[in-house]
Amino acid sequence: MDFVEKARIMDGPRINRALARLASEIVEENHGAGDLYLVGIRRRGVPLAERMADKIADLEGDKPPVGMLDITLYRDDLSMVGAKPVVNRTDLPGDIANRNIVLIDDVLYTGRTIRAAMDQLIDFGRPRRVQLAVLIDRGKEHREVPIQADYIGKLVPTKKSEIIKVMLKEFDEEEGVAIVERPSSETG
Amino acid sequence: MAAFFILALGPWVFGLCKKLDLTRVVRVAAVQLLIDQRPKTQFMHTTFERKDLLGIRELSAGEIVHILDTAETFRDISRRQVKKVPTLRGRTVINLFFEPSTRTRTSFEIAAKRLSADAVNITPSNSSVSKGETLLDTARNLEAMAPDCIVIRHSMAGAPHHLARMCNAPIVNAGDGAHEHPTQALLDALTIREHKKKIEGLKVAIIGDILHSRVARSNIYLLTRLGATVSVAGPGTLVPAEFVGLVEQGLRLEKRIEDAIEGADAVIVLRIQRERQDAAFFPSMREYAIHYGLHPEHLKLAAPDAIVMHPGPINRGIEISSEIADGSTSLILDQVTNGLAVRMAVLYLLSRGSRADVDEDAESRK
Repeated sequence: MDFVEKARIMDGPRINRALARLASEIVEENHGAGDLYLVGIRRRGVPLAERMADKIADLEGDKPPVGMLDITLYRDDLSMVGAKPVVNRTDLPGDIANRNIVLIDDVLYTGRTIRAAMDQLIDFGRPRRVQLAVLIDRGKEHREVPIQADYIGKLVPTKKSEIIKVMLKEFDEEEGVAIVERPSSETG
Repeated sequence: MAAFFILALGPWVFGLCKKLDLTRVVRVAAVQLLIDQRPKTQFMHTTFERKDLLGIRELSAGEIVHILDTAETFRDISRRQVKKVPTLRGRTVINLFFEPSTRTRTSFEIAAKRLSADAVNITPSNSSVSKGETLLDTARNLEAMAPDCIVIRHSMAGAPHHLARMCNAPIVNAGDGAHEHPTQALLDALTIREHKKKIEGLKVAIIGDILHSRVARSNIYLLTRLGATVSVAGPGTLVPAEFVGLVEQGLRLEKRIEDAIEGADAVIVLRIQRERQDAAFFPSMREYAIHYGLHPEHLKLAAPDAIVMHPGPINRGIEISSEIADGSTSLILDQVTNGLAVRMAVLYLLSRGSRADVDEDAESRK
């Protein structure tokens, strides 16, 4: 099914600049990179976490460890998601206990993904602190659980019918963020 | 006018086709087309859409690979400190074991529990089966308690298939008579793939009591489907004649175990199933051990880094020498570990609910 692109809200350089700002905010808030541990949420949170780690290394000299979470097994909608979610590997190298964890995802919408990610994270150990960084926040009115981001690349108020499409070169042909919408019924 | 032509010429055209044997040509071409479109060596990443897991024979290569890939990620969970994920919280898995089993039943039970499902074990000695209830009545009564999955082991081939037709809950075959034992074949394949990085093109030897072995059957179906060559060897009385039909799919029948093991990348040794030996298939255990037991010198014939597997429980000194069972080439305990991962994957894949309208890119627009 095709989606109609309504607006292009970020291009490659803007994503890069947003990540650079988030990286410096994270370092400032955590007083350096010492105990930092970045965790990308599959799929698009993982390359964002990698890029963020490189930017933090540019600022501080140390590259924080990067892990990845696959939240499939922690979802609360197993009987509702049809498309047979493929379980991917969760990989958190080293120990997350007593670290300052920054969860990183592309889009914050209902908050349920982050709820699942936190549940899974806690099963691996007891971090000192867990923070959340997202490239796009679709706005608080969509939240279905009490979760907010600590670091936001761009706040994009959206309608429910709209969809935020984040494209990264690791998965897509181009880089950018777009608002798309399902075509209305008259096209059928 | 046109109708007249067809009426008049029809029989003639048909006769011509017959004379030139065109129908046969068309038939052969159609069959060829079907064969070419069959996924043979190209293992695309398909999904697993079945209600039940009853056997390997009916699975496509894509379905098998999908189960193995899923199992690989589940293997990690058992290495964590908290060996549990909430995936099947609130679901009930019933283990209905009509035959004694420690390994498989425990494996299914732990698999269910690590997915947060509730596991209930039923064995015939302490159930109403001993009071004369039929299998179907037992299943109907269990189904009335709304289980989400029933795992069954039974001495009669086809018992799980019977239940699958009668029950709404997904049925997993944990071994039916001498027919199939799909999760064992899947865990063997996962173990081979873990150590050899592939299955296609490998040579696998299966040694022992092929006739009574559901493990052998499921393994032969799986390994040949994924493109391995399988050689089986055992006493002539224990190698069933039906397997001759599988020769064109990559199965070789050998008389001597040395011939089967020669150049093998993996050797699967089967247990002598004393409980199924209702006739004299070979003179004595001692004689079997001498001619068909696996000894270190046999492995010299195999490929240099060959691995040895056994579905357990092992009869030390009969089908496998202790030196091999405890040696570095033996993966018997890896098989047990992988068995847990495979069963978690199977319970996960079968326990999913109905499909909703979500397409593959859904995750990008949470």
